[in-house]
Amino acid sequence: MTKADNYWKENVRLVLKLLAIWFVVSFGMGIIFADFLDQFQFFGFHLGFWMSQQGSIYVFVALIFIYVNKMNKLDKKYNVHEDEGNTPIEDLKKGEN
Amino acid sequence: MDIQTLTYIFVGATFTLYIGIAIWAKAGTTDDFYVAGHHVHPLANGMATAADWMSAASFISMAGLISFMGRDGSMYLMGWTGGYVLLALLLAPYLRKFGKFTVPDFVGDRYYSNSARTVAIICALFISFTYVAGQMRGVGIVFSRFLEVDITTGVMIGMSIVFFYAVLGGMKGITYTQVAQYCVLIFAFMVPAIFISILMTGNPVPQFGFGSELADGSGVYLLEKLNGLSTELGFGQYTSGRKSTFDMFCITAALMVGTAGLPHVIVRFFTVPKVRDARLSAGYALVLIAILYTTAPAVASFARLNLFNTVSNAEYSTTPEWFKNWEDIDLIAWRDKNNDGKIQYIAGNAFVGKPVFDSGRGASGERILANENGASANELYIDQDIMVLANPEIAGLPNWVIALVVAGGLAAALSTAAGLLLVISTSVAHDLFKKNAIAEHYR
Repeated sequence: MTKADNYWKENVRLVLKLLAIWFVVSFGMGIIFADFLDQFQFFGFHLGFWMSQQGSIYVFVALIFIYVNKMNKLDKKYNVHEDEGNTPIEDLKKGEN
Repeated sequence: MDIQTLTYIFVGATFTLYIGIAIWAKAGTTDDFYVAGHHVHPLANGMATAADWMSAASFISMAGLISFMGRDGSMYLMGWTGGYVLLALLLAPYLRKFGKFTVPDFVGDRYYSNSARTVAIICALFISFTYVAGQMRGVGIVFSRFLEVDITTGVMIGMSIVFFYAVLGGMKGITYTQVAQYCVLIFAFMVPAIFISILMTGNPVPQFGFGSELADGSGVYLLEKLNGLSTELGFGQYTSGRKSTFDMFCITAALMVGTAGLPHVIVRFFTVPKVRDARLSAGYALVLIAILYTTAPAVASFARLNLFNTVSNAEYSTTPEWFKNWEDIDLIAWRDKNNDGKIQYIAGNAFVGKPVFDSGRGASGERILANENGASANELYIDQDIMVLANPEIAGLPNWVIALVVAGGLAAALSTAAGLLLVISTSVAHDLFKKNAIAEHYR
């Protein structure tokens, strides 16, 4: 397998993991299990209500920053980050040959 | 000073600022005009994206909708912010990597097809025109209520301002104007929210405030009190869902996918220098969006509780000024069904359809309605769109806060409208005429 394939594979795996969390907090805790979670008190909130109107949004913000961070590391690892003197697109093409 | 004068000052000052920025940042090259020369700083792009993305719907209508829907209102909160996550993870970085000007560019080149490009152009135009119409109605409502001009005149004023700086500055001008508009709109949204949070719960952070105990010394949680009143008046618990789980799931999913595809937001990611910056600015933008989106549900519950306290069983003749002002522009209506001079506000439709007013006044001085009675004994009609604008007045905040909210609502509407107009103009000029086969024919 070429370098470009590996890079793409890791990229997809990261996005899928993050989207799984995204699904669990929004559709899972905010909608499907919201009524169930409402029996728990979280400060002055019912937990299901808090997840759907506050918690899910905080998690979304965290997800994007985890993504930014991990992708930057991934870019460095495969040397495809765009800096002076680094030509990622040319490098990827070499990887394909 | 009265609200009218203050509103003219605030709106005048912000409009002057936007035009000043447009002149300062006017576009010098084609790259400037379409993508701000690809060199906007990620934080600036994040602010511009947030202003672009938060429309009149987010600023003016959303908290009002949540206020009336209770927990079900979270479909907008999760749908719009969750859709943004899809955009940031699945679309933004790859489009930036492609490195051209527009979405139709991408579709056309990726599928080697001019028909695909044309379909993309038609979609972009259709979405943009529909969406810009909504923004302009927002501008119209704001102008007609606070500056007492015709809705049509309001729309004309708003459009000419946007036209001026979009034509002059292109993407570059719009980007820096949107940075200013973000600052105005978030300040305008937060100030009354913090004020009301302190008044009601003593907690200055609205996100925590609506989970705190009321400041009246009763030791009751704000949401418990709201649930109690809401149930008593027949609306059901505020913090419980009323729509079925299946409905909520599907509507939220639809809102998410729709948000991820907004053409004026996608095009913003073409403006930053590198792919890495596209990802980072998507992150900044969501933080800046989340400030408003986590405050909105707090504002919604404050407004709901304040509304119950102010209008339920109040005598019409002693209702505050704002109540009659909104009635004067048809967005509040009341019919004294049991002739006791008091407002009975309970669940159910007061009338059939939107209020239609006859001339003349009733026994308490209210405007007479032509509508048939609804099935409920409810006497009050309130348009959901007025809640954010009326909220500072309902809570009795100083006049300058009310004027600030007006300027913020206009900033939210105009920034989105400008982004959309740019998509419309690039779609027509760049995609349709410069690149398309139709254009080849006439060249």
